[in-house]
Amino acid sequence: MMDEMTAPKGAASPQFRDYVDTKHGPILYMEDVSVSFDGFKALNHLSLYIDAGELRCLIGPNGAGKTTLMDVITGKTRPDTGEVFFGQTIDLLKMDEPAIAQAGICRKFQKPSVFDALTVFENLELALKTDKRTWPTLFSKLNGAQRDRIQEVMLLIGLVGLKNQLAGILSHGQKQWLEIGMLLMQEPKVMLVDEPIAGMTHQEVERTAELLLSLQGKHSIVVVEHDMEFVRSIARKVTVLHEGSVLTEGTMDEVQNDTRVIQVYLGG
Amino acid sequence: MKNLLKQDKTYASVLIALAAVTLIIPFCNLISSVDSPLHFSAYSVSLIGKYLCFALLGLSLDMVWGYAGILVLGQGAFFALGGYAMGMYLMRQIGTRGVYGNPELPDFMVFLNWSELPWYWLGFENFGFAMLMVFLAPGILAFVFGWLAFRSRVTGVYLSIITQALTYALLLAFFRNEMGFGGNNGLTDFKEILGFNIQSEAVRSMLLLLSGLSLIGALLLCRWIVNSKLGRVVTAIRDQESRVRFLGYRVELFKLWVFVFAAMLAGLAGALYVPQVGIINPSEFSPLNSLEIVIWVAVGGRGTLYGAIIGAVLVNYAKSVLTGLMPDAWLFCLGGAFILVTLLLPDGIVGLLRRRIKSKSLDLSLEGEPT
Repeated sequence: MMDEMTAPKGAASPQFRDYVDTKHGPILYMEDVSVSFDGFKALNHLSLYIDAGELRCLIGPNGAGKTTLMDVITGKTRPDTGEVFFGQTIDLLKMDEPAIAQAGICRKFQKPSVFDALTVFENLELALKTDKRTWPTLFSKLNGAQRDRIQEVMLLIGLVGLKNQLAGILSHGQKQWLEIGMLLMQEPKVMLVDEPIAGMTHQEVERTAELLLSLQGKHSIVVVEHDMEFVRSIARKVTVLHEGSVLTEGTMDEVQNDTRVIQVYLGG
Repeated sequence: MKNLLKQDKTYASVLIALAAVTLIIPFCNLISSVDSPLHFSAYSVSLIGKYLCFALLGLSLDMVWGYAGILVLGQGAFFALGGYAMGMYLMRQIGTRGVYGNPELPDFMVFLNWSELPWYWLGFENFGFAMLMVFLAPGILAFVFGWLAFRSRVTGVYLSIITQALTYALLLAFFRNEMGFGGNNGLTDFKEILGFNIQSEAVRSMLLLLSGLSLIGALLLCRWIVNSKLGRVVTAIRDQESRVRFLGYRVELFKLWVFVFAAMLAGLAGALYVPQVGIINPSEFSPLNSLEIVIWVAVGGRGTLYGAIIGAVLVNYAKSVLTGLMPDAWLFCLGGAFILVTLLLPDGIVGLLRRRIKSKSLDLSLEGEPT
């Protein structure tokens, strides 16, 4: 699974074991997590384990709880019950969004969320992993290594030529890539990627698949996607969510031949 | 890139104009006699000084509204607090020259039969302490208020209304005689500043010079801040607050930083304003004043810094002229200007200038194109 050889040079590998204790198991685990909104159970006793360096796809019909799950992990939504741990020791339920992001769990949103009023370079600069308190930010100056890092990521996401363009003028697909680039700038241990290929052309989809595949091993990646062909092209392991809990897990073939999954998707 | 240079040209011309006003007026008054044509009257010197203070106040609002996207409808409160801190110093300089001749107590306290100075007046006889309070009083209020508001994620129109309520509450509080700030009448009848007669020509020129230098310094500082990474984080917060949180920035602390900084700038503006107009009273806290500041910035063009300066000067000049001609019409003109700018010039006067420059450079580039 750890395939260093296929990794492009651009993606300098952060050491995902340096802070997070993953010696005894997964890098991220959720146990018995429930979230309800006005009586509607968005997550229902959900348990999920993500291993270090793994690329996991989450699928499921609308309303299965995929986005709520990401909200819980990133601190946006607090679950009613359950545990969410990062490694063995870091309790994510005690942290807020910036703390979770700084710990190394970063998220790409469903709708591409880049800063339109800033350039491509500045978008990446803001995401850069560094001291993010107010005064150090005021006096911050990029050093050579950091500039190189931004350059590397721009190469990786194919936006070098658009370095000084405002992000607002980018195409939908380019914005998606820029946001993936912003994720990489944060040197995340876990990347949560919500619908990365929505609105992309066929070629863009292929390049995104290559990009995500090249990142596995160095980062743990959780991808939420509706496009089954895309999921098949990248997934080793697929988790199917249904009505707020895990329906089944396995390879794409196993999952697609599971009668329960077929029922859920075909509305049986 | 070319466009950026053009923008910088406007910025540079505003800086040069400010420097010229700041240096030439005091210099002319220094070298010329009262009846010479080069001489600026005491009235015009303090009027221009006042405009410079308002420009500084507008600049402070642009930082917090134009860049951080926090529409503060109570910026005048910080201006007034800075003004009161300066006023308290000036009151303590009156000494025995007051009507009641009390060496310790300002007249209004004698009038209220107070026997000693309230604790919060202690230290204000010292200029350095008073100057510290010019920044600290608005700064601490902004810090406490902002901390509570931003931490609870109060945003948008709710926050605007609360800031309006804040300045109104202060207005009511400062009206009360028991507060010990001179009640309805405020603080006035100032005699000296740092031992110099506050009415004298030289002091007026010096105050204008100081106001101009403060404005130039503040403009340079603000520009440095908005061009720093903090400035970009703040712009990002303005456009997509929650996304910035997921990048690991503590959004509430960044907003607080800008809010407190802007409050301190407004306090400085108030402190420079009070000795030039000779009075500070609770009407400075009135919500209408704070709304006017918003209009200055909107007219000038928000999110540009120098736009706020242009807007503050132009609107106040119009106010001086119109309130002389038709005192009752002023508020209608102000409201009308706001509606016009909102409908026709969303980016204010600066936006208009930029569009003209842009279309001009577009014309040039089209002419250069071989057909």
